[in-house]
Amino acid sequence: MAEKVLMKGNEAIAEAAILAGCRHYFGYPITPQTEVAAYMAKRMPKIGGTFLQAESEVAAINMVMGVAATGKRTMTSSSSPGISLKSEGLSYIAGCDLPTLVVNVERGGPGLGGIQPSQSDYFQATRGGGHGDFHMIVLAPASVQEMADLTIHGFDLADKYRMTSMILADGTMGQMMEPVSLEAPEVHTYDKSWAVTGTNCEREHNIVNSLYLVPEALEKTNFERYERYRMIEENEVMYEEFMMDDAEICIAAFGVAARVSKNAVLAARAEGIKVGMIRPITLWPFPKAVFAKAAEHVHTFISVELSMGQMIEDVQLATKCTRPVLLCNRAGGMIPSPEEVLAKIKEVAGGMSK
Amino acid sequence: MEYKRITLFAGHYGSGKTNIAVNYAIEMRKAGRPVRIADLDIVNPYFRTKDSADRLAEAGIELISSAYANSNVDIPALPAQMYALTDDKSFHAVMDIGGDDRGALALGRYAPAILAEGDFEMLFVANMYRPLTRTPAEALEVMREVEDAGGIPFTAIVNNSNIGAETKPEDILASVSYAEELSRLSGLPVKMTAVREDLMDALSGKIENLFPLTLQKKYAWN
Repeated sequence: MAEKVLMKGNEAIAEAAILAGCRHYFGYPITPQTEVAAYMAKRMPKIGGTFLQAESEVAAINMVMGVAATGKRTMTSSSSPGISLKSEGLSYIAGCDLPTLVVNVERGGPGLGGIQPSQSDYFQATRGGGHGDFHMIVLAPASVQEMADLTIHGFDLADKYRMTSMILADGTMGQMMEPVSLEAPEVHTYDKSWAVTGTNCEREHNIVNSLYLVPEALEKTNFERYERYRMIEENEVMYEEFMMDDAEICIAAFGVAARVSKNAVLAARAEGIKVGMIRPITLWPFPKAVFAKAAEHVHTFISVELSMGQMIEDVQLATKCTRPVLLCNRAGGMIPSPEEVLAKIKEVAGGMSK
Repeated sequence: MEYKRITLFAGHYGSGKTNIAVNYAIEMRKAGRPVRIADLDIVNPYFRTKDSADRLAEAGIELISSAYANSNVDIPALPAQMYALTDDKSFHAVMDIGGDDRGALALGRYAPAILAEGDFEMLFVANMYRPLTRTPAEALEVMREVEDAGGIPFTAIVNNSNIGAETKPEDILASVSYAEELSRLSGLPVKMTAVREDLMDALSGKIENLFPLTLQKKYAWN
């Protein structure tokens, strides 16, 4: 195991991307994500890579699209308002079937909102992230170590399925410091015969494009793409179950909300309340099956979120509304406390015993 | 400990400047001196000196900080009260400088007064477990960048090598040669080695000039 270092979540993403072979970073500064760019600015010149501060988020995502078309690993990072600016590019990248990694270290919204942590871009990330029929693989780290590990995994998934992997982290995850062990990952090779790399007049040229002149052809690409999405839903779901074996109450939470909720679950267990937690690590594909299975023995679900309640809809869909799903939330840059989550658990437990 | 009228803590961001500055100010206050502490970080709006506002108030230390710290306003502004640090010499001042050269830029505004008075200590906080200051040479590079930006030369080094909650005594022992090499390269003495207070017993007698740290804040997600 590699020696541990003390890193901010944002730095861990940057260093992990470099370990994963990314040598082309394009971005534009925005709090609370700026350290990703700052770290890349220091490191990339030393390893023969490219760090470029673009003139805007729109420019950065289009630069990412350009590099991705050549088959090279590339990424950008931003925070909520900046991701909205990138959404046109995300849709074009999906239409071109290009592998990219995009990081969203979320802050409170809507609009310019604030700079404190939030999870209120859940809908935006899990429902595609732009116009047209498409998905991104959405990965939600809950520690600095996972910021690194999921970045590496995200690059692999992007290459494997030729699409965008998004790291969806809240501002706390980006700013908090924790020990991390970083190791050069196993190198996987992926078919990149589609890449635009110059033909040397030895093969037909490749075309990377999202414009289709014939609707039948465009329909066909949509059906093919969704067949790939179906395979991802089947094979790439990630989650963590915590004290779920005998749970009658189930917390659903990801990112920093899961860290806070874990403390609340432990406190409630100490008082004899049978509560557990399911922490989705992939937000898309959503771990539907594990929630459906939990609904067989869970009485009530509680979705703990730093938003007005967005993931709660996926929990309701996954459990087909067979059980009540309550919301325990803070918004606008505020984080629920373990005490607030515990109070909600007790409220539910009290109602059940009546 | 001998205290200069103004003590400044600077270095790479995330090296632990704020924690050390708060602890140092409290120690100074306990030694009977009137103390003001100032947060000069204009870069990072998260994890600020203001997190320790209650602890500082309890210790009787005046905190001068941006009205916008820990708020939603991402504006690099410093309050006018900052001038009290250099103008009012009846107080001792502890200045927590923002990370890296970009953070130290704000110091330039106050540097002429600090240099003219001449009664200061400029301390470089170093953590060998931070990824961009893993080697003494890398730390020296940051040191020079901060000096260039802030306009005040460093006078000593504070070794704050740690890997957060997982820090063991041997991790700190392993950093002694790192601090010594940085000292050799820069020509500056190692003033102290900061350690979490629960590690003091294991290290006392093994490292000179240990400085115990009470960590300032527990977070809801730990």
